[in-house]
Amino acid sequence: MDFIKRFGEDTPSKKQAVERLRLVLVHDRARVSPGLMEKLREDIIKAITRYIDIDEDKMEIELNSTENRAELVANIPVNRIRRVPDKKIGEEIGTSLS
Amino acid sequence: MSGRVIVVTSGKGGVGKTTAVANIGTGLALNNHKVVMIDADIGLRNLDVVMGLENRIVYDLIDVVEKKCRLRQALIKDKRFENLFLLPAAQTRDKSEISPQQMKALCAELSEEFDYILIDCPAGIEQGFKNAVAGATEAIIVTTPEVSAVRDADRIIGLLHSSDLDDPMLILNRIRPDMVRKGDMMNIDDVNDILAIRLLGVVPDDEGIIISTNKGEPAVLGKNSKAGEAFRNIVRRIQGETVPLMSMDFDPGLFGFLRKMFNNK
Repeated sequence: MDFIKRFGEDTPSKKQAVERLRLVLVHDRARVSPGLMEKLREDIIKAITRYIDIDEDKMEIELNSTENRAELVANIPVNRIRRVPDKKIGEEIGTSLS
Repeated sequence: MSGRVIVVTSGKGGVGKTTAVANIGTGLALNNHKVVMIDADIGLRNLDVVMGLENRIVYDLIDVVEKKCRLRQALIKDKRFENLFLLPAAQTRDKSEISPQQMKALCAELSEEFDYILIDCPAGIEQGFKNAVAGATEAIIVTTPEVSAVRDADRIIGLLHSSDLDDPMLILNRIRPDMVRKGDMMNIDDVNDILAIRLLGVVPDDEGIIISTNKGEPAVLGKNSKAGEAFRNIVRRIQGETVPLMSMDFDPGLFGFLRKMFNNK
């Protein structure tokens, strides 16, 4: 009779399994390799400072999650916006970001 | 000659590591390779009973490391195959009595004589795990399609990445095709998407495994076992052959048949 019962079930439990795993692994992986978050932070700084002069010391980056999604939250104080992209930083990004 | 040293690990306990080692080891021996299986689960030895060799143990892994016996004396020859051996774990000792360096040396010595050295890793990520992976050059990760097992497998993959074992292979164990069809179990693609490592094989949940463990006869030897067939395929893939994944659509039963017709409409 189980195929008749299926009419009432619109979310098979595997969807919940996949979704819960996805969320929990976001945090597990970030914790297992803190170096990864540090590299991300460095690369974000490089990319942004090409266009904007930021206060690196007060910058905050963290992984947050609510019940159904994970998000990367960055709080980056801006000192000054450049008129044109900084060429020097641009070259650096070209070689170190891939 | 230099044999392949493969550790079988999982993080979580009870997902089928020992069963996998017994079946892969027996399957490789069946194909005429010279194989030794090391039970690295010091204090909780199990591979001997799964293989039906528990009455033949005289010396164990720790005796070898402490040089109380020669390596050859501790190796137990299988009942069925001349070319299959077991190095049992010590049952009344502690895992701190062996070091990663000693395991490395042991694996190096065995790889001069054997084609395959399979290491049955204990659950967890502590000392026992570190010992078990120390001498390995390849890793197989066993998981089941459950949230807890997949999460632990992911953790292990991360830990192996920081060692030399950065290209592990995955065995997805105890798949239940009926539950997958109903959407109540993660399927191969779901687990593959999450873990993103090479898939070595998929093993269906099979009562035959319990029966074969009761008897101490690996399922890979039984002609009618679906899990045995899956392990024979896994063995061929380890040997380098390309074998398509087994269909998980077997024996749907009457309701399964009706459901399939129903769902196709």
